Amino acid sequence: MVYLWSVLSFAGLAMALAALLMVAERLLINYGICKLDINAGEKPLEVNGGQTLLAALYSNDIFIPSACGGKGSCGHCKITITSGGGPVLPTETPLLTRKEIRSNVRLACQVKIREDIYVRIPAELLDVKMFTATIESSVVLTHDIKEISMRLNEPAEISQRPGQYVQVQAPSSDGPVFRAYSISSPAYENNIVQLVVRLVPGGIGSTYLHNVSPGDPISFTGPYGEFWLNEDPSVEIICVGGGCGMAPMRNIIYTLYDKWPDRVCWLFFGCRTTQDVFYLEQFEELAKKHPNLHVIYALSDQLGEDEKWDGETGFIHLSADKYLEPDIRRQAFLCGPPLMIEAVTRVLKEKGISPDDIFYDEF
Amino acid sequence: MSETSAFVIFFAAIFTNNILLTNFLGMCSFIACSGQISTSLGLGTAVTFVMTMTTMLNYIIYHFVLVRLGLEHLTFIIFIAVIAAFVQFVEMFVERFSPKLYFALGIFLPLITVNCAILGASLFMIIRKYSFFQSVGFGLGAGIGWAVAIVLLAGLRQKMRYSNIPEPFQGVPIAMIVTGVLAMAFMGFAGMVSIQ
Repeated sequence: MVYLWSVLSFAGLAMALAALLMVAERLLINYGICKLDINAGEKPLEVNGGQTLLAALYSNDIFIPSACGGKGSCGHCKITITSGGGPVLPTETPLLTRKEIRSNVRLACQVKIREDIYVRIPAELLDVKMFTATIESSVVLTHDIKEISMRLNEPAEISQRPGQYVQVQAPSSDGPVFRAYSISSPAYENNIVQLVVRLVPGGIGSTYLHNVSPGDPISFTGPYGEFWLNEDPSVEIICVGGGCGMAPMRNIIYTLYDKWPDRVCWLFFGCRTTQDVFYLEQFEELAKKHPNLHVIYALSDQLGEDEKWDGETGFIHLSADKYLEPDIRRQAFLCGPPLMIEAVTRVLKEKGISPDDIFYDEF
Repeated sequence: MSETSAFVIFFAAIFTNNILLTNFLGMCSFIACSGQISTSLGLGTAVTFVMTMTTMLNYIIYHFVLVRLGLEHLTFIIFIAVIAAFVQFVEMFVERFSPKLYFALGIFLPLITVNCAILGASLFMIIRKYSFFQSVGFGLGAGIGWAVAIVLLAGLRQKMRYSNIPEPFQGVPIAMIVTGVLAMAFMGFAGMVSIQ
Protein backbone atom coordinates (compact mmCIF):
# COMPACT_ATOMS: atom_id res chain seq x y z
CA MET A 1 0.00 0.00 0.00
CA VAL A 2 2.72 2.41 0.96
CA TYR A 3 4.40 1.83 -2.41
CA LEU A 4 1.23 2.72 -4.24
CA TRP A 5 0.83 5.91 -2.22
CA SER A 6 4.49 6.77 -2.76
CA VAL A 7 4.24 6.41 -6.50
CA LEU A 8 0.87 8.14 -6.72
CA SER A 9 1.83 11.10 -4.57
CA PHE A 10 5.15 11.64 -6.31
CA ALA A 11 3.58 11.34 -9.75
CA GLY A 12 0.74 13.65 -8.74
CA LEU A 13 3.12 16.24 -7.37
CA ALA A 14 5.34 16.07 -10.43
CA MET A 15 2.34 16.53 -12.72
CA ALA A 16 1.02 19.43 -10.68
CA LEU A 17 4.41 21.15 -10.82
CA ALA A 18 4.71 20.51 -14.56
CA ALA A 19 1.24 21.95 -15.14
CA LEU A 20 2.08 25.06 -13.11
CA LEU A 21 5.28 25.53 -15.06
CA MET A 22 3.45 25.21 -18.35
CA VAL A 23 0.97 27.89 -17.29
CA ALA A 24 3.83 30.11 -16.17
CA GLU A 25 5.63 29.53 -19.46
CA ARG A 26 2.53 30.46 -21.43
CA LEU A 27 2.21 33.70 -19.48
CA LEU A 28 5.86 34.68 -19.04
CA ILE A 29 7.66 33.55 -22.17
CA ASN A 30 5.57 35.53 -24.58
CA TYR A 31 7.60 37.96 -26.59
CA GLY A 32 4.97 38.48 -29.29
CA ILE A 33 5.87 38.54 -32.96
CA CYS A 34 9.48 39.50 -33.72
CA LYS A 35 11.07 40.43 -37.02
CA LEU A 36 13.73 38.05 -38.33
CA ASP A 37 15.73 39.75 -41.05
CA ILE A 38 18.12 37.72 -43.20
CA ASN A 39 20.96 39.33 -45.19
CA ALA A 40 19.77 42.93 -44.75
CA GLY A 41 16.26 42.74 -46.12
CA GLU A 42 16.79 39.89 -48.59
CA LYS A 43 14.33 37.67 -46.77
CA PRO A 44 12.34 39.40 -44.02
CA LEU A 45 10.35 37.00 -41.85
CA GLU A 46 8.03 37.34 -38.90
CA VAL A 47 8.37 34.71 -36.20
CA ASN A 48 7.07 34.04 -32.71
CA GLY A 49 9.42 35.33 -30.04
CA GLY A 50 10.63 33.05 -27.26
CA GLN A 51 11.85 30.24 -29.50
CA THR A 52 15.44 29.65 -30.49
CA LEU A 53 16.78 31.15 -33.69
CA LEU A 54 17.50 27.67 -35.05
CA ALA A 55 13.91 26.55 -34.51
CA ALA A 56 12.61 29.73 -36.14
CA LEU A 57 14.85 29.21 -39.19
CA TYR A 58 13.88 25.55 -39.53
CA SER A 59 10.19 26.33 -39.33
CA ASN A 60 10.73 28.76 -42.22
CA ASP A 61 12.50 26.11 -44.34
CA ILE A 62 15.98 27.50 -43.87
CA PHE A 63 18.13 24.52 -43.04
CA ILE A 64 21.44 25.65 -41.67
CA PRO A 65 23.67 22.76 -40.61
CA SER A 66 22.98 21.36 -37.15
CA ALA A 67 23.90 17.89 -35.98
CA CYS A 68 23.20 17.72 -32.25
CA GLY A 69 19.52 18.66 -32.32
CA GLY A 70 20.00 22.09 -30.74
CA LYS A 71 21.90 21.01 -27.66
CA GLY A 72 24.84 23.32 -28.32
CA SER A 73 27.36 20.49 -28.56
CA CYS A 74 28.22 20.20 -32.27
CA GLY A 75 28.88 23.85 -33.12
CA HIS A 76 27.61 23.47 -36.70
CA CYS A 77 24.87 26.09 -36.54
CA LYS A 78 27.19 29.10 -36.44
CA ILE A 79 25.73 32.20 -38.06
CA THR A 80 26.45 35.90 -37.89
CA ILE A 81 23.98 38.03 -35.95
CA THR A 82 24.40 41.69 -36.67
CA SER A 83 21.96 42.88 -34.06
CA GLY A 84 19.38 41.63 -31.58
CA GLY A 85 21.14 38.50 -30.32
CA GLY A 86 21.97 39.59 -26.79
CA PRO A 87 25.29 38.79 -25.15
CA VAL A 88 27.24 35.60 -25.88
CA LEU A 89 26.06 32.84 -23.54
CA PRO A 90 28.31 30.60 -21.48
CA THR A 91 26.93 27.63 -23.40
CA GLU A 92 28.34 29.07 -26.62
CA THR A 93 31.83 30.19 -25.62
CA PRO A 94 33.48 26.73 -25.69
CA LEU A 95 32.54 26.36 -29.38
CA LEU A 96 33.42 29.85 -30.60
CA THR A 97 36.88 31.24 -31.24
CA ARG A 98 37.80 34.73 -30.08
CA LYS A 99 37.76 35.93 -33.66
CA GLU A 100 34.25 34.57 -34.17
CA ILE A 101 33.00 36.23 -30.99
CA ARG A 102 34.45 39.53 -32.16
CA SER A 103 32.72 39.23 -35.54
CA ASN A 104 29.34 38.41 -33.92
CA VAL A 105 29.23 34.74 -34.85
CA ARG A 106 26.76 32.89 -32.62
CA LEU A 107 25.25 29.44 -32.24
CA ALA A 108 21.75 29.65 -33.66
CA CYS A 109 20.51 26.89 -31.36
CA GLN A 110 21.40 28.86 -28.22
CA VAL A 111 20.21 32.32 -29.24
CA LYS A 112 16.66 33.00 -28.16
CA ILE A 113 14.56 35.46 -30.12
CA ARG A 114 13.54 38.21 -27.69
CA GLU A 115 13.44 41.21 -30.03
CA ASP A 116 13.85 42.02 -33.72
CA ILE A 117 16.90 40.17 -34.91
CA TYR A 118 19.17 40.70 -37.92
CA VAL A 119 21.24 37.80 -39.20
CA ARG A 120 23.54 37.01 -42.13
CA ILE A 121 23.39 33.59 -43.75
CA PRO A 122 25.57 32.56 -46.72
CA ALA A 123 23.46 32.52 -49.90
CA GLU A 124 24.36 28.88 -50.47
CA LEU A 125 22.68 27.80 -47.24
CA LEU A 126 19.45 29.50 -48.27
CA ASP A 127 19.26 27.02 -51.16
CA VAL A 128 19.46 24.00 -48.89
CA LYS A 129 16.27 21.99 -49.06
CA MET A 130 14.54 19.30 -47.04
CA PHE A 131 14.27 16.13 -49.13
CA THR A 132 11.97 13.20 -48.61
CA ALA A 133 13.14 9.92 -50.05
CA THR A 134 12.56 6.17 -50.03
CA ILE A 135 15.24 3.67 -49.14
CA GLU A 136 16.05 1.78 -52.33
CA SER A 137 18.70 -0.58 -51.02
CA SER A 138 20.89 -1.23 -48.03
CA VAL A 139 23.98 -3.21 -48.97
CA VAL A 140 26.45 -4.73 -46.52
CA LEU A 141 29.97 -3.65 -47.53
CA THR A 142 31.99 -4.94 -44.56
CA HIS A 143 31.16 -6.28 -41.11
CA ASP A 144 30.28 -2.78 -39.86
CA ILE A 145 29.80 -0.65 -42.99
CA LYS A 146 26.66 -0.42 -45.11
CA GLU A 147 25.86 1.41 -48.33
CA ILE A 148 22.46 3.09 -48.13
CA SER A 149 20.75 4.22 -51.35
CA MET A 150 17.89 6.69 -51.14
CA ARG A 151 15.63 7.49 -54.10
CA LEU A 152 14.37 11.07 -53.93
CA ASN A 153 10.65 11.77 -53.85
CA GLU A 154 10.15 15.40 -53.06
CA PRO A 155 12.01 17.36 -54.49
CA ALA A 156 12.80 14.68 -57.08
CA GLU A 157 16.25 15.97 -58.01
CA ILE A 158 19.28 17.16 -56.11
CA SER A 159 22.09 19.23 -57.52
CA GLN A 160 25.20 18.45 -55.54
CA ARG A 161 28.94 18.79 -55.97
CA PRO A 162 31.40 16.04 -55.06
CA GLY A 163 32.60 16.48 -51.48
CA GLN A 164 29.29 17.81 -50.22
CA TYR A 165 27.24 16.19 -47.49
CA VAL A 166 23.63 15.81 -46.39
CA GLN A 167 22.12 15.70 -42.92
CA VAL A 168 19.91 12.69 -42.34
CA GLN A 169 17.06 13.11 -39.90
CA ALA A 170 17.16 10.31 -37.34
CA PRO A 171 14.63 9.76 -34.56
CA SER A 172 15.93 9.86 -31.00
CA SER A 173 14.46 9.84 -27.53
CA ASP A 174 14.40 13.66 -27.44
CA GLY A 175 12.99 14.36 -30.88
CA PRO A 176 14.59 14.18 -34.30
CA VAL A 177 18.29 14.89 -34.62
CA PHE A 178 20.39 15.41 -37.74
CA ARG A 179 23.55 13.51 -38.57
CA ALA A 180 25.89 14.51 -41.37
CA TYR A 181 26.96 12.01 -44.05
CA SER A 182 28.95 12.66 -47.21
CA ILE A 183 27.25 11.84 -50.49
CA SER A 184 28.93 8.88 -52.16
CA SER A 185 26.84 8.71 -55.33
CA PRO A 186 28.22 10.74 -58.25
CA ALA A 187 26.86 14.22 -58.92
CA TYR A 188 25.38 13.24 -62.31
CA GLU A 189 22.99 10.80 -60.65
CA ASN A 190 20.63 13.49 -59.51
CA ASN A 191 17.67 11.42 -58.39
CA ILE A 192 19.50 9.23 -55.95
CA VAL A 193 21.69 9.82 -52.91
CA GLN A 194 23.97 7.12 -51.57
CA LEU A 195 25.72 7.13 -48.21
CA VAL A 196 28.43 4.95 -46.72
CA VAL A 197 27.66 4.42 -43.06
CA ARG A 198 29.81 2.76 -40.44
CA LEU A 199 27.94 1.45 -37.41
CA VAL A 200 29.10 3.31 -34.31
CA PRO A 201 28.00 1.47 -31.15
CA GLY A 202 25.41 3.69 -29.46
CA GLY A 203 25.42 6.18 -32.35
CA ILE A 204 21.95 7.56 -33.08
CA GLY A 205 22.40 8.19 -36.82
CA SER A 206 24.36 5.09 -37.73
CA THR A 207 22.12 2.76 -35.71
CA TYR A 208 19.09 4.21 -37.45
CA LEU A 209 20.62 3.94 -40.92
CA HIS A 210 21.84 0.40 -40.32
CA ASN A 211 18.31 -0.66 -39.43
CA VAL A 212 16.35 0.84 -42.33
CA SER A 213 15.11 -1.54 -44.97
CA PRO A 214 14.10 -0.96 -48.61
CA GLY A 215 10.81 0.91 -48.91
CA ASP A 216 11.21 2.87 -45.66
CA PRO A 217 10.68 6.63 -45.88
CA ILE A 218 13.55 8.88 -44.86
CA SER A 219 14.19 12.60 -44.91
CA PHE A 220 17.34 14.67 -45.03
CA THR A 221 18.51 18.22 -45.65
CA GLY A 222 21.27 19.27 -47.97
CA PRO A 223 23.50 19.65 -49.77
CA TYR A 224 26.08 21.33 -47.52
CA GLY A 225 29.82 21.84 -47.91
CA GLU A 226 32.25 24.33 -49.35
CA PHE A 227 34.51 22.05 -51.38
CA TRP A 228 34.99 22.88 -55.08
CA LEU A 229 36.76 20.45 -57.39
CA ASN A 230 39.49 22.12 -59.43
CA GLU A 231 38.12 22.53 -62.97
CA ASP A 232 41.54 22.63 -64.66
CA PRO A 233 42.04 19.15 -66.22
CA SER A 234 45.83 19.34 -65.89
CA VAL A 235 45.60 19.40 -62.09
CA GLU A 236 45.93 15.93 -60.56
CA ILE A 237 43.44 14.88 -57.92
CA ILE A 238 44.63 13.00 -54.85
CA CYS A 239 42.08 11.23 -52.65
CA VAL A 240 43.20 9.72 -49.37
CA GLY A 241 40.75 7.88 -47.15
CA GLY A 242 40.86 5.67 -44.11
CA GLY A 243 38.41 3.45 -42.23
CA CYS A 244 35.02 4.27 -43.70
CA GLY A 245 36.08 7.65 -45.13
CA MET A 246 35.20 6.60 -48.64
CA ALA A 247 31.95 8.35 -49.50
CA PRO A 248 33.28 11.73 -50.72
CA MET A 249 36.10 10.05 -52.68
CA ARG A 250 33.73 7.79 -54.55
CA ASN A 251 31.64 10.81 -55.51
CA ILE A 252 34.74 12.76 -56.60
CA ILE A 253 36.21 9.93 -58.67
CA TYR A 254 33.03 8.97 -60.55
CA THR A 255 32.10 12.58 -61.22
CA LEU A 256 35.65 13.31 -62.33
CA TYR A 257 35.80 10.50 -64.90
CA ASP A 258 32.37 11.31 -66.19
CA LYS A 259 33.60 14.77 -67.07
CA TRP A 260 37.32 14.29 -67.84
CA PRO A 261 38.00 10.67 -68.89
CA ASP A 262 41.79 11.19 -69.07
CA ARG A 263 42.39 13.14 -65.89
CA VAL A 264 45.02 11.85 -63.46
CA CYS A 265 43.67 10.77 -60.11
CA TRP A 266 45.19 8.84 -57.23
CA LEU A 267 43.07 7.03 -54.68
CA PHE A 268 44.79 5.89 -51.52
CA PHE A 269 42.65 3.97 -49.07
CA GLY A 270 43.84 2.65 -45.73
CA CYS A 271 42.23 -0.34 -44.02
CA ARG A 272 43.18 -2.50 -41.07
CA THR A 273 42.56 -6.00 -42.40
CA THR A 274 41.27 -7.64 -45.58
CA GLN A 275 37.81 -7.68 -43.96
CA ASP A 276 37.69 -3.89 -44.03
CA VAL A 277 38.31 -3.62 -47.77
CA PHE A 278 35.35 -2.50 -49.87
CA TYR A 279 34.65 -0.98 -53.31
CA LEU A 280 38.09 -2.25 -54.50
CA GLU A 281 36.68 -4.25 -57.44
CA GLN A 282 34.51 -1.33 -58.55
CA PHE A 283 37.48 1.01 -58.64
CA GLU A 284 39.72 -1.53 -60.39
CA GLU A 285 37.00 -1.93 -63.00
CA LEU A 286 36.91 1.85 -63.46
CA ALA A 287 40.72 1.98 -63.62
CA LYS A 288 40.64 -0.44 -66.56
CA LYS A 289 38.53 2.05 -68.50
CA HIS A 290 40.52 5.07 -67.33
CA PRO A 291 44.23 4.21 -67.15
CA ASN A 292 45.03 7.47 -65.41
CA LEU A 293 43.16 6.36 -62.29
CA HIS A 294 45.54 4.78 -59.80
CA VAL A 295 43.91 2.79 -57.02
CA ILE A 296 46.06 1.89 -54.02
CA TYR A 297 44.66 0.14 -50.96
CA ALA A 298 46.91 -0.53 -47.98
CA LEU A 299 46.44 -2.76 -44.93
CA SER A 300 47.90 -1.58 -41.64
CA ASP A 301 47.50 -4.79 -39.59
CA GLN A 302 49.44 -8.05 -40.01
CA LEU A 303 47.88 -10.49 -42.47
CA GLY A 304 46.21 -13.57 -41.03
CA GLU A 305 47.60 -17.05 -41.82
CA ASP A 306 45.26 -17.94 -44.67
CA GLU A 307 44.75 -14.45 -46.08
CA LYS A 308 46.07 -13.26 -49.41
CA TRP A 309 46.88 -9.66 -50.23
CA ASP A 310 48.92 -8.35 -53.13
CA GLY A 311 48.45 -4.63 -52.38
CA GLU A 312 50.36 -2.32 -50.11
CA THR A 313 50.88 -2.78 -46.38
CA GLY A 314 51.50 -0.27 -43.60
CA PHE A 315 49.86 3.06 -42.90
CA ILE A 316 48.37 4.89 -45.85
CA HIS A 317 50.59 7.97 -45.64
CA LEU A 318 53.60 5.71 -46.32
CA SER A 319 51.98 4.52 -49.57
CA ALA A 320 51.25 8.11 -50.57
CA ASP A 321 54.87 8.95 -49.87
CA LYS A 322 56.04 6.00 -51.98
CA TYR A 323 53.94 6.61 -55.10
CA LEU A 324 53.60 10.36 -55.50
CA GLU A 325 56.22 12.27 -57.48
CA PRO A 326 57.02 15.68 -56.02
CA ASP A 327 56.12 19.06 -57.52
CA ILE A 328 53.10 18.36 -59.71
CA ARG A 329 50.03 20.62 -59.58
CA ARG A 330 47.55 18.76 -57.44
CA GLN A 331 44.44 19.12 -55.37
CA ALA A 332 44.00 16.73 -52.45
CA PHE A 333 40.94 15.56 -50.56
CA LEU A 334 41.37 13.61 -47.32
CA CYS A 335 38.78 11.83 -45.26
CA GLY A 336 39.45 9.80 -42.15
CA PRO A 337 40.54 9.85 -38.52
CA PRO A 338 42.49 12.91 -37.29
CA LEU A 339 45.84 11.10 -36.94
CA MET A 340 45.67 9.90 -40.54
CA ILE A 341 44.78 13.40 -41.77
CA GLU A 342 47.72 14.84 -39.88
CA ALA A 343 50.22 12.29 -41.22
CA VAL A 344 48.95 12.54 -44.80
CA THR A 345 48.93 16.34 -44.75
CA ARG A 346 52.59 16.27 -43.72
CA VAL A 347 53.49 13.93 -46.59
CA LEU A 348 51.53 16.00 -49.13
CA LYS A 349 53.22 19.22 -48.01
CA GLU A 350 56.60 17.55 -48.48
CA LYS A 351 55.49 16.66 -52.01
CA GLY A 352 54.98 20.35 -52.71
CA ILE A 353 51.20 20.64 -52.45
CA SER A 354 50.14 23.96 -50.99
CA PRO A 355 48.02 23.72 -47.81
CA ASP A 356 45.33 25.74 -49.64
CA ASP A 357 44.84 22.79 -52.00
CA ILE A 358 44.43 20.21 -49.25
CA PHE A 359 40.85 19.70 -48.09
CA TYR A 360 39.72 17.29 -45.43
CA ASP A 361 36.81 15.74 -43.59
CA GLU A 362 37.84 14.72 -40.11
CA PHE A 363 35.94 12.32 -37.90
CA MET B 1 8.50 21.67 18.58
CA SER B 2 11.08 24.35 19.16
CA GLU B 3 10.05 27.17 21.49
CA THR B 4 12.25 29.89 20.01
CA SER B 5 10.36 32.73 18.34
CA ALA B 6 10.46 33.03 14.57
CA PHE B 7 12.18 36.40 14.89
CA VAL B 8 15.07 34.95 16.90
CA ILE B 9 15.44 32.09 14.45
CA PHE B 10 15.57 34.63 11.63
CA PHE B 11 18.51 36.48 13.23
CA ALA B 12 20.23 33.31 14.34
CA ALA B 13 20.09 31.97 10.78
CA ILE B 14 21.83 35.09 9.53
CA PHE B 15 24.55 35.45 12.16
CA THR B 16 25.17 32.58 14.55
CA ASN B 17 24.03 29.70 12.38
CA ASN B 18 24.87 31.09 8.97
CA ILE B 19 24.13 28.23 6.61
CA LEU B 20 27.26 28.94 4.57
CA LEU B 21 29.79 29.90 7.19
CA THR B 22 28.85 27.37 9.87
CA ASN B 23 27.34 24.51 7.85
CA PHE B 24 29.39 25.16 4.70
CA LEU B 25 26.46 24.48 2.39
CA GLY B 26 26.21 26.04 -1.07
CA MET B 27 29.95 26.40 -1.52
CA CYS B 28 30.27 25.91 -5.28
CA SER B 29 28.24 28.88 -6.45
CA PHE B 30 29.60 30.81 -3.44
CA ILE B 31 33.15 30.47 -4.77
CA ALA B 32 32.30 30.65 -8.48
CA CYS B 33 29.93 33.64 -8.44
CA SER B 34 31.68 35.93 -5.99
CA GLY B 35 33.80 37.90 -8.45
CA GLN B 36 31.67 41.04 -8.44
CA ILE B 37 29.40 42.55 -5.82
CA SER B 38 26.60 43.22 -8.32
CA THR B 39 26.45 39.62 -9.58
CA SER B 40 26.71 38.14 -6.11
CA LEU B 41 23.99 40.46 -4.85
CA GLY B 42 21.76 39.26 -7.69
CA LEU B 43 22.48 35.62 -6.98
CA GLY B 44 22.08 36.20 -3.24
CA THR B 45 18.67 37.78 -3.81
CA ALA B 46 17.61 34.91 -6.06
CA VAL B 47 18.80 32.33 -3.51
CA THR B 48 17.02 34.16 -0.66
CA PHE B 49 13.81 34.28 -2.63
CA VAL B 50 14.00 30.63 -3.67
CA MET B 51 14.97 29.51 -0.18
CA THR B 52 12.09 31.35 1.53
CA MET B 53 9.53 30.17 -0.95
CA THR B 54 10.74 26.56 -1.05
CA THR B 55 10.84 26.23 2.76
CA MET B 56 7.23 27.46 2.78
CA LEU B 57 6.14 25.11 -0.01
CA ASN B 58 8.06 22.19 1.40
CA TYR B 59 6.64 22.80 4.88
CA ILE B 60 3.12 22.61 3.50
CA ILE B 61 3.83 19.56 1.38
CA TYR B 62 5.67 17.77 4.18
CA HIS B 63 3.13 18.31 6.91
CA PHE B 64 -0.08 18.17 4.92
CA VAL B 65 0.80 15.48 2.37
CA LEU B 66 3.78 13.40 3.38
CA VAL B 67 3.10 13.11 7.12
CA ARG B 68 -0.64 12.50 6.58
CA LEU B 69 0.08 9.69 4.14
CA GLY B 70 3.01 8.33 6.14
CA LEU B 71 5.43 8.98 3.29
CA GLU B 72 8.26 10.71 5.16
CA HIS B 73 10.74 8.51 3.30
CA LEU B 74 9.97 10.50 0.13
CA THR B 75 11.09 13.77 1.72
CA PHE B 76 14.34 14.12 -0.22
CA ILE B 77 13.05 13.37 -3.69
CA ILE B 78 9.92 15.51 -3.28
CA PHE B 79 11.85 18.44 -1.89
CA ILE B 80 14.26 18.25 -4.81
CA ALA B 81 11.37 18.16 -7.30
CA VAL B 82 9.71 21.18 -5.69
CA ILE B 83 12.97 23.12 -5.64
CA ALA B 84 13.73 22.26 -9.28
CA ALA B 85 10.28 23.35 -10.45
CA PHE B 86 10.44 26.54 -8.45
CA VAL B 87 13.86 27.44 -9.83
CA GLN B 88 12.52 26.89 -13.34
CA PHE B 89 9.81 29.37 -12.53
CA VAL B 90 12.27 31.91 -11.12
CA GLU B 91 14.44 31.48 -14.19
CA MET B 92 11.55 32.31 -16.50
CA PHE B 93 10.61 35.24 -14.32
CA VAL B 94 14.12 36.71 -14.23
CA GLU B 95 14.59 36.13 -17.95
CA ARG B 96 11.42 38.04 -18.69
CA PHE B 97 11.77 40.96 -16.32
CA SER B 98 15.51 41.38 -15.82
CA PRO B 99 17.43 40.09 -18.85
CA LYS B 100 20.52 41.86 -17.53
CA LEU B 101 20.53 39.86 -14.30
CA TYR B 102 19.65 36.76 -16.33
CA PHE B 103 22.77 37.09 -18.45
CA ALA B 104 24.93 38.11 -15.49
CA LEU B 105 23.94 35.01 -13.51
CA GLY B 106 24.16 32.84 -16.62
CA ILE B 107 24.49 29.19 -15.79
CA PHE B 108 24.28 29.78 -12.02
CA LEU B 109 20.61 30.61 -12.14
CA PRO B 110 19.51 27.08 -13.15
CA LEU B 111 22.24 25.78 -10.87
CA ILE B 112 20.41 27.16 -7.84
CA THR B 113 18.47 23.90 -8.22
CA VAL B 114 21.49 21.98 -7.02
CA ASN B 115 22.61 24.58 -4.49
CA CYS B 116 22.73 22.33 -1.45
CA ALA B 117 21.97 25.24 0.89
CA ILE B 118 18.41 25.33 -0.46
CA LEU B 119 17.77 21.64 0.15
CA GLY B 120 19.68 21.98 3.43
CA ALA B 121 17.36 24.73 4.69
CA SER B 122 14.28 22.60 3.94
CA LEU B 123 15.77 19.58 5.69
CA PHE B 124 16.92 21.55 8.76
CA MET B 125 13.39 22.85 9.09
CA ILE B 126 12.12 19.25 9.30
CA ILE B 127 14.87 17.97 11.61
CA ARG B 128 14.52 20.91 14.01
CA LYS B 129 10.72 20.54 14.04
CA TYR B 130 9.97 24.17 13.23
CA SER B 131 6.44 25.53 13.01
CA PHE B 132 5.29 27.27 9.84
CA PHE B 133 6.32 30.77 10.93
CA GLN B 134 9.58 29.52 12.35
CA SER B 135 10.23 27.84 9.01
CA VAL B 136 9.55 31.03 7.09
CA GLY B 137 11.83 32.94 9.45
CA PHE B 138 14.50 30.31 9.10
CA GLY B 139 14.26 30.16 5.29
CA LEU B 140 14.40 33.92 4.94
CA GLY B 141 17.19 34.22 7.49
CA ALA B 142 19.26 31.42 5.97
CA GLY B 143 18.83 32.99 2.52
CA ILE B 144 19.84 36.43 3.74
CA GLY B 145 22.74 34.86 5.63
CA TRP B 146 23.92 33.16 2.45
CA ALA B 147 23.54 36.41 0.52
CA VAL B 148 25.44 38.37 3.21
CA ALA B 149 28.27 35.86 3.11
CA ILE B 150 28.60 35.89 -0.69
CA VAL B 151 28.40 39.68 -0.89
CA LEU B 152 31.06 39.99 1.81
CA LEU B 153 33.33 37.62 -0.04
CA ALA B 154 32.68 39.41 -3.35
CA GLY B 155 33.64 42.72 -1.71
CA LEU B 156 36.82 41.21 -0.34
CA ARG B 157 37.70 39.61 -3.66
CA GLN B 158 37.16 42.90 -5.48
CA LYS B 159 39.63 44.52 -3.08
CA MET B 160 42.04 41.61 -3.39
CA ARG B 161 42.25 42.12 -7.13
CA TYR B 162 44.70 44.94 -6.40
CA SER B 163 46.67 43.18 -3.71
CA ASN B 164 49.87 41.33 -4.11
CA ILE B 165 48.89 37.71 -3.50
CA PRO B 166 51.61 35.05 -3.74
CA GLU B 167 51.14 33.15 -6.96
CA PRO B 168 50.09 29.75 -5.53
CA PHE B 169 47.29 31.44 -3.57
CA GLN B 170 45.76 33.45 -6.39
CA GLY B 171 42.15 32.75 -7.35
CA VAL B 172 40.24 30.05 -5.49
CA PRO B 173 42.82 29.22 -2.76
CA ILE B 174 42.80 32.72 -1.31
CA ALA B 175 39.01 32.80 -1.59
CA MET B 176 38.87 29.60 0.51
CA ILE B 177 41.22 31.08 3.11
CA VAL B 178 39.21 34.30 3.26
CA THR B 179 36.03 32.23 3.66
CA GLY B 180 37.62 30.48 6.61
CA VAL B 181 38.57 33.80 8.22
CA LEU B 182 35.03 35.08 7.60
CA ALA B 183 33.61 31.96 9.25
CA MET B 184 35.84 32.52 12.28
CA ALA B 185 34.75 36.15 12.44
CA PHE B 186 31.12 35.03 12.42
CA MET B 187 31.87 32.78 15.39
CA GLY B 188 32.07 36.03 17.34
CA PHE B 189 28.26 36.15 17.16
CA ALA B 190 27.97 32.69 18.72
CA GLY B 191 26.99 33.71 22.24
CA MET B 192 24.23 36.06 21.03
CA VAL B 193 21.41 33.61 20.32
CA SER B 194 21.46 29.92 19.67
CA ILE B 195 19.32 27.49 17.76
CA GLN B 196 20.13 23.88 17.38
